[in-house]
Amino acid sequence: MTPARTLATTGRVLGQIRHDHRTIALLLVVPSLLIGLVAWIFVDTDVFADIGPAMIALFPFIVMFLVTSIATLRERRSGTLERLLAMPLGKGDFILGYALAFGLLAVAQTAIVVSFAVWVCGLEIEGSIWLLFAVAVADALLGTALGLLASAFARTEFQVVQFMPLIVFPQILLGGIFIPRDQLPAGLEEISDWLPLSYAIDALQAVAADSESTEWIMVRILAIAAWIVGSIVVGSITLRRRTP
Amino acid sequence: MVNSSDASSPPPHRGAHAIAGSGAAVVAEDLHVVRGGAAVLDGLSLAVPSGMIVGLLGPSGSGKTTLMRSIVGAQVVKSGRIEVLGRPAGSRELRRRVGYVTQQASVYDDLTVRQNISYFRRVLGAPAGDADRVIDRTDLRPVADRLVGSLSGGQRGRVSLAAALLGSPELLVLDEPTVGLDPVLRVDLWGMFRNLADEGTTLLVSSHVMDEAKRCDRLLLMRDGALLADDTVQGVLEVTGTDDVETAFLRLIDRGEPDLRSLDDEQSGAHGRHEEEPR
Repeated sequence: MTPARTLATTGRVLGQIRHDHRTIALLLVVPSLLIGLVAWIFVDTDVFADIGPAMIALFPFIVMFLVTSIATLRERRSGTLERLLAMPLGKGDFILGYALAFGLLAVAQTAIVVSFAVWVCGLEIEGSIWLLFAVAVADALLGTALGLLASAFARTEFQVVQFMPLIVFPQILLGGIFIPRDQLPAGLEEISDWLPLSYAIDALQAVAADSESTEWIMVRILAIAAWIVGSIVVGSITLRRRTP
Repeated sequence: MVNSSDASSPPPHRGAHAIAGSGAAVVAEDLHVVRGGAAVLDGLSLAVPSGMIVGLLGPSGSGKTTLMRSIVGAQVVKSGRIEVLGRPAGSRELRRRVGYVTQQASVYDDLTVRQNISYFRRVLGAPAGDADRVIDRTDLRPVADRLVGSLSGGQRGRVSLAAALLGSPELLVLDEPTVGLDPVLRVDLWGMFRNLADEGTTLLVSSHVMDEAKRCDRLLLMRDGALLADDTVQGVLEVTGTDDVETAFLRLIDRGEPDLRSLDDEQSGAHGRHEEEPR
């Protein structure tokens, strides 16, 4: 693994996306549109103030998961991955190259979503906006990392799309958006304690309400980071130079 | 040379084969590969001599792609030995000494020709000027700034080939590079292969078009995962008493006994060879 090859891969992935203007537009605009829609639905209530922070966690997470898993699956299917692995490219170069490229996109997307939620939709953030941004970026990166991992277990586009309900939906259901996590039945609460999206939603809600210390939030970010690193490591182990 | 249909050949034959393979770019011995529960290669042994164009011919499904994937180290091999440029196939060091072109053009449709080539160049760690060299060599300069997805199938295939030429590999493994090309382009491409061989590159080129055999220095004819022939074009035609490879292929099947004459047998005066002197 070398920085030059990792960065070459990042540059190549970004170059591919740069030629696809519609994807860029969708990536950058859609999460904000959805946040705007939620804000509008609850315009005369204070529901948006409660669930708005969670929405910031949700949409970039889902979008990055889908885009990343499909992009890497496409690479497996088109034969380019086989070619790259027959060349002196490290598996880590490939996975990290992708993670960096989509991570950069995630930063841009998150910046737009957070700005839109706060300044256009009037989401009130009592805590630090920078901390909110940090959690949101970690969360979008988590979507990227889990997408990389999911694509390792999918052989077709149909399968990879099915991984979204499998991997993403339970995290949303148990993440505390529908019922606060401490009101979940015994067993489910423990499960939700282990799911990475729960940390992101907890942290975003805490920043919005300014209810916890910065250290408490940093621990949540670290837990998400551990999931990101773990997914990337497992994802690169599942890459095989020799296939049956 | 061993009879490849006899997977349990005794050691003396293997010894003879190892000598035949001493100057070889690729030596495979008793290779077994299983894909999807079926034996695709069942005890295959062969040698690809250096500095020549070796044609790997056989019908679709005969195991050509599996053999090529085994040579570049992309295939899980059940048993047997393959050595490439004196190293076990798939060795780290070989990744920059062997160029591989898959049947389907494995390049990025949503990048330009130049962006594709310069990415693969960086992955390989080849010098910056190498990108222009391979673009010129494959006549892609006029379309260098176009998206690969907007090119014709033949042009996309050449982008894939150009990527394999980066870093001037010693061995090029090309899986059906001429499929679907118009005759003019096909002749051009074989001209380029000849030039590469003259410069000392070893080329293993697969095809299911028997006509293309005549452009090769040596032939490996495959059927059902076994070798029908390992010989010069001239040799195959002489043994079968025909003047076209397609008929020779059919006669070898009828004969039920492969025509396996290693380079060493041939050098001892067994029969004549193609116009080029093997190195």
